[in-house]
Amino acid sequence: MYKLEVQDLHKRYGSHEVLKGVSLAAKAGDVISIIGSSGSGKSTFLRCINLLEQPHGGKILLNNEELKLVANKDGGLKAADPKQLQRMRSRLSMVFQHFNLWSHMSALENVMEAPVHVLGMSKKEALEKAEHYLNKVGVAHRKDAYPAHMSGGEQQRVAIARALAMEPEVMLFDEPTSALDPELVGEVLKVMQDLAQEGRTMVVVTHEMGFAREVSNQLVFLHKGVVEECGCPREVLANPQSERLQQFLSGSLK
Amino acid sequence: MIFDYTVIWENLPLYISGVGVTLKILLISLACGLALAIPLGLMRVSKSPLVNFPAWLYTYVIRGTPMLVQLFLIYYGLAQFEAVRESVLWPYFSSATFCACLAFAINTSAYSAEILAGSLKATPHGEIEAAKAMGMSRFKLYRRILLPSALRRALPQYSNEVIMMLHTTSLASIVTLIDITGAARTVSSQYYLPFEAFITAGLFYLCLTFILVRLFKLAERRWLAYLAPRKA
Repeated sequence: MYKLEVQDLHKRYGSHEVLKGVSLAAKAGDVISIIGSSGSGKSTFLRCINLLEQPHGGKILLNNEELKLVANKDGGLKAADPKQLQRMRSRLSMVFQHFNLWSHMSALENVMEAPVHVLGMSKKEALEKAEHYLNKVGVAHRKDAYPAHMSGGEQQRVAIARALAMEPEVMLFDEPTSALDPELVGEVLKVMQDLAQEGRTMVVVTHEMGFAREVSNQLVFLHKGVVEECGCPREVLANPQSERLQQFLSGSLK
Repeated sequence: MIFDYTVIWENLPLYISGVGVTLKILLISLACGLALAIPLGLMRVSKSPLVNFPAWLYTYVIRGTPMLVQLFLIYYGLAQFEAVRESVLWPYFSSATFCACLAFAINTSAYSAEILAGSLKATPHGEIEAAKAMGMSRFKLYRRILLPSALRRALPQYSNEVIMMLHTTSLASIVTLIDITGAARTVSSQYYLPFEAFITAGLFYLCLTFILVRLFKLAERRWLAYLAPRKA
C-alpha cells in the first residue's frame, strides 16, 4: 500500500504545458528525490501535490484516500471539499525554499501554531512537542528568537520542526537548501538525513546530488514536464540512460 | 504686549474639563472607527468586486470630503428631515457629542481601513502559503496569520492617524462642544485674549500628542520587536 500516490498529473500555465503526466508513488519510509534543471516542473509538481498550485489533470491519493477535485472556470482543478483538502494538507507538511516562517511569531510559536490551531491540540501538549522537535533539529536554544533574528540554516531547521510537529504522513521538501549558503547547507541536510533514517516518508525536490544519492531510495529525473528517468539513485546516477540526464549530470557531478 | 496668564490660571478648570471632553470623543471615535476599519480593510483586499467595491466607495467618499462637511451634514443636515426628527434615534442625533463621535468614527474608519488594507497586501506571500500548506482554513489564516501580522505592521502609520484624529477633534468645538479648543474659544471671546487662550490650547494638544507618541513607542517595542534589529 502506498502512503502517497500521484497519478498522471498535468499542469499548464496558459498554453505552456509544464507537467505532461507525472506519476509518483511513495511507500512508508520511502525517500524520493526529484531532480531536474530549472523549469523542468519539479517544484510545480511538488506544489500540485498539496494544491498550492492547481493541476489540470491527475489524481492525488494519501493513504488510499483520493483528494476530490473539481474543475473551475479555466480548467484548473480545485478541491471539491475544502475540509478534505485542509485535512490532507495537515498530514502532508511542506518545507519551503525560503522557509516561510511566520515573521511575527517566535520560533516556538511558529512550531506550536498549527498543532494548536489546525489539529486542535492543547497548548501544553503542543509546547512539549514543539520543544521536543526544536531540540531534535538543534535549535532549541533559539526558541524565543524571531525568524528575522536567525540565520538561514536556523530558520530552515525551525521550518522543519514546524513541519514535524504536525506528525505528518509524508513530508514535502521544496528545494530546502537552495537559499542557504554552502556552510549552512550541511546542517539542514544532516537533519533531513536523520529524518530519513527514522523511516519518515519524504519527497524532496533538490539540487543536492550527494543527498539524492546517499539518502534517498528513489530518484526521479524530470525533464520538460515528463519523468525522463527514475529508479534506484545509485544506479541512475552512475549509469544514466537518457542523453538529457547525462548532460544534466555532467554539469553537476564532478 | 503683556501675556495675561492670570486669566488662563483662573480658567484652568475649564481647560481641564475640555481635555476630558477631547479624550472622550477621541477614544470613542477611535474605538468605533477601528472596529469598523477591520471588516472594511478586509473587504478592501478581497478579489471579489462585489465585496471590494462597496468598501472602496465608502473609503473614497469619506476620504474625498472634508471632515467639517461630514460633521455639518450629520449634526445640522440630518435634522432637516422630519423622519429623523421623529425617529427613535432623534435623542441621539440631536446630541452634539453623539454626532461628533459618529462623524469622527466614520472618518477614521475610512483612513484606518486603507492603512490596514495596505498592510494586509504587504504580507509576504510565502507566509500565506505556509499557512495554507499546514491545512489552515481561510478563517484561521486571517485570524491567526494575516490580521495579527498586518495590524502590527500598521502600527507606525496608525499612530499617525491617531494624532491626526486628536487634532481633528478640535472641530467638535464648532458644534457647541467645550473640548480643549471649545474652552479656548470661550476664554478668547469672554476676555478678548485670543493669543493667550489659543496658545494654552496648543500646549494641551502638544502634551497629549507627546503622551500618544510615547504610548505608541511602547506598543511598537512590544508588538514590532520582530522587525527591530537583533539585539547584540
